[in-house]
Amino acid sequence: MDDLLPEFIAETRETLEALSGEIVAWEADPADRARLDAIFRFVHTVKGSCGFLDLPRLARLSHAAEDALAAVRSGDRQPDTALVNAVLGVVDRIGELVEAIDAGVALDSAADDLLVAALSPDAGVREPEAPAAPAPVEPAPQPQGGRAAARSVRLGVELLDRMMSGMSDMVLARNELARRLREGAPDPRAEAALERLSVTVAEMRDTVTRTRMQKIDALFSALPRMVRDTAAQLAKQVTLVVEGSDVELDREMIEVMRDPLVHIIRNAIDHGVEAPRVRRAAGKREAGRVTVRARQSGNRILVEVSDDGAGIDVDRLIDKARRVGLVDPVRAAAMGEAARLDLIFSPGLSSRDQVSEVSGRGVGMDVVRSNVEAIGGRVTLSNRPGRGLTIIMEVPLTLSILSTIVVGVEGQRFALARQSVEEIVSLRAESVRVDRLGDANVAAVRGQRLPLLWLHEVLSLPRPYSRPQSARLLVIVSTRDGAFALGVDQVIDSEELVVKPAAPPVMACGLYAGQMLPDSGRPMLLLDGAGIAAAAGLRFALSADADAEESQAEARAAVQALLFTDLDGCRRAVPLGAVDRVETVDAGAVRLSGGRARLTVGDALVPLRAVRPPDEGRPVTLLRLTDGQSELAYAIAEPADIVDLPASLAPPAAGSPYAGVAVIGGEPVEVLDLLRVFADEGAVRPTAAAPPERVCLLGPDPSGWTDLFLRQLLEGAGYRCATRLAPGEEAAVALAFDQTDALPAEVPLVRLRREPGGGDGVYRYDRDALLAAVADHMGAECANGRRAAA
Amino acid sequence: MSELFLLAQVAGRGVAIAASQVDSVVDIGEVTAIPCAAPWVRGLAALRSRVVTVVDTAAALGLPLARRGSSGGGGAARAVISLVDGHYYALLMDELEDVGPFERRSMSSGVALTDRWERAAGGWVERDGEPLLVLDPAGLLGGAMDAAA
Repeated sequence: MDDLLPEFIAETRETLEALSGEIVAWEADPADRARLDAIFRFVHTVKGSCGFLDLPRLARLSHAAEDALAAVRSGDRQPDTALVNAVLGVVDRIGELVEAIDAGVALDSAADDLLVAALSPDAGVREPEAPAAPAPVEPAPQPQGGRAAARSVRLGVELLDRMMSGMSDMVLARNELARRLREGAPDPRAEAALERLSVTVAEMRDTVTRTRMQKIDALFSALPRMVRDTAAQLAKQVTLVVEGSDVELDREMIEVMRDPLVHIIRNAIDHGVEAPRVRRAAGKREAGRVTVRARQSGNRILVEVSDDGAGIDVDRLIDKARRVGLVDPVRAAAMGEAARLDLIFSPGLSSRDQVSEVSGRGVGMDVVRSNVEAIGGRVTLSNRPGRGLTIIMEVPLTLSILSTIVVGVEGQRFALARQSVEEIVSLRAESVRVDRLGDANVAAVRGQRLPLLWLHEVLSLPRPYSRPQSARLLVIVSTRDGAFALGVDQVIDSEELVVKPAAPPVMACGLYAGQMLPDSGRPMLLLDGAGIAAAAGLRFALSADADAEESQAEARAAVQALLFTDLDGCRRAVPLGAVDRVETVDAGAVRLSGGRARLTVGDALVPLRAVRPPDEGRPVTLLRLTDGQSELAYAIAEPADIVDLPASLAPPAAGSPYAGVAVIGGEPVEVLDLLRVFADEGAVRPTAAAPPERVCLLGPDPSGWTDLFLRQLLEGAGYRCATRLAPGEEAAVALAFDQTDALPAEVPLVRLRREPGGGDGVYRYDRDALLAAVADHMGAECANGRRAAA
Repeated sequence: MSELFLLAQVAGRGVAIAASQVDSVVDIGEVTAIPCAAPWVRGLAALRSRVVTVVDTAAALGLPLARRGSSGGGGAARAVISLVDGHYYALLMDELEDVGPFERRSMSSGVALTDRWERAAGGWVERDGEPLLVLDPAGLLGGAMDAAA
């Protein structure tokens, strides 16, 4: 008996969670028999259990609900709002009572009578002793409320925790064993055994980690009910869409994310979704839509909440921040869009003017952020004014195992969380310079200026006079407020390590986030980037700088290019995407025929381009270029490196065969004009420039031709190109081989043709026609925007 | 009622530690220093697969730092491992003497202990007429941390 009660409580609790979605679905469609059955089964099961557990109050409630639902099932009653609400009330009450039993506290029974009364079709008419409810048909109701029976056992979380920490210890013990074995004389048999052990331990660790995983459904199943209640309270209509509930996540993570998620959704309904009247006026559907989506990306889980409401009114937010004194007017003016939006995370600030019952007390988003960051996650916003807001919470898959970068300074090792390291650059690299600014250090990395801290100074490690400066690398560490460069002697390794909290006297330094025991057997401390910045007194203003850097990063992922020495000795570059391979062929394979150089490959001839004829009788190094369809060879002296192309190229001289000049490693490098190389001769000068907010939308193309070749031509002509429209952007024209769903129907389309000659659309290598077609659609206003320099 | 106590020497004084608070007694080998930590925090050491925080007990009591060869993490030192608030600490001892049952007495009035000793003291026991202070690890660490703050 004593065993049965906790079992009953756990089961009821679990079923209740799964059930809350069913009830809302039932309310939306009272004719849905399957939902009705699920709810009926639940109250029936509760009633049955209460009987032999001797819980009279629960029995009475569940009995009453069962009667009412049975009447609906038999068609004697219609499930109206009053009934649904009454059933919901009873289900809630059952939940409360179960919690009270679990906690061992008493709960006032007065409300029970009201709830039971509310269930009757019309209070008073119904006789107290109703005729026995139709006997339930199923003799043994399924305890799980109709869910597919899985072979499973119920385990205490505490037990799993112990298993997990035992597992961690096992990993460490294995590491120590490996180290001891390395110290002694090599014994192949022992090593083979260790290898086997390692494999088993790794598998075990995976399995144990999985036992701690739970479907995020555990978090999502309660949402429909919550959304329904919140929306009803605010007299709004909201449709909830949930996606990805089968994504799995560490159960601790689920617990930590529960409050932030609830808060964000409430916010979305209260602040985001407008009242039906307002929505109608704005030309939206009356019912707002809130989408909750979970997905896994690498070893991170993304939980995204988006609504189609009003979005954040950034101006009002700024206004409010100014009034509260969070920012001064001067700084507010200098702040970029993202920094302004970030104010929503400031404590004591809400974008709403009135405080409602649901949200808007200004304690919220700051707590959401700190909760999520406490577990190594982050929160990002994407605001579409007038059209909605998306909030993305990104958290690691598990709590305890962290991917780290191990750095060395003065012979001691420290770890940094991989996710906080943006980049590692050598101090000797040409793109890096270090300056003293007053008594502070500043590093400029590819033109971006960052505060610089030397790790040995931060840690007060003595440097011998003989070598005052032995830091050789800069680790760019990003913190929640900003990035800084950390000078270290060496970067040793990257390791997946079990992180454990360090003891309070260690944490008191404020520089460390935890401790770990790597394979070496020497304990190592995990550095806390934000703590280091704080200890060194770095203050990151909500500055325009950080913004500029972000938007640059967003603008376009850097295009990689192959840097090579051409036959005339010049350094040139070609976008890497166009390079199929680099190969060396015998001189005999290159022939002059029909007035042009060609490369013989088997039976086929491939056109060959070269700035000057290759040396006779010597093997030739070739770049084999492809646009996804045709091939072309370009003779070079030798390949040099793979580099990132800068976002902007200096324009070439008129008639130049190059797309532009990039500065790479301090040296000017000509970038091959792919369009020109592939097309036959025929010079077209850029003719028009579009205002930047008008965009050429490039259609999807699996061969990447549009993104690579066409972008180069159009951007060279001063247009802005995108493969996807960012919020607020408007496309003036779309270019694609085919009309697809990816292109908005209202944007005029310029069809591209793969073959020259007659047919629909514009031949893709016809520069004149392409530019003319684009200029056509860009409209007359562009005539004024003609580029002066061209 | 008598309890089991571990008797040890710290900075030339005899102390007693309740056996219930002693997880194990070990020789600490290599210690990883913790830059910027309080001077009485010697560093971290690995004990099998467990990381312990090594505490210079004498320094934690406000006595001058022990000048020993091991201060740089060299030679072995004896330590008492104790679990305080979920973290394992290795309290360095000069010498470990004995284990035996003693009767714990509360501090009698008139014994003036300075602040850190006061916090660290959990009464006293008598061995062959010699009074020994009962060292309470939690109080020792708490006092040292508060003094640092």
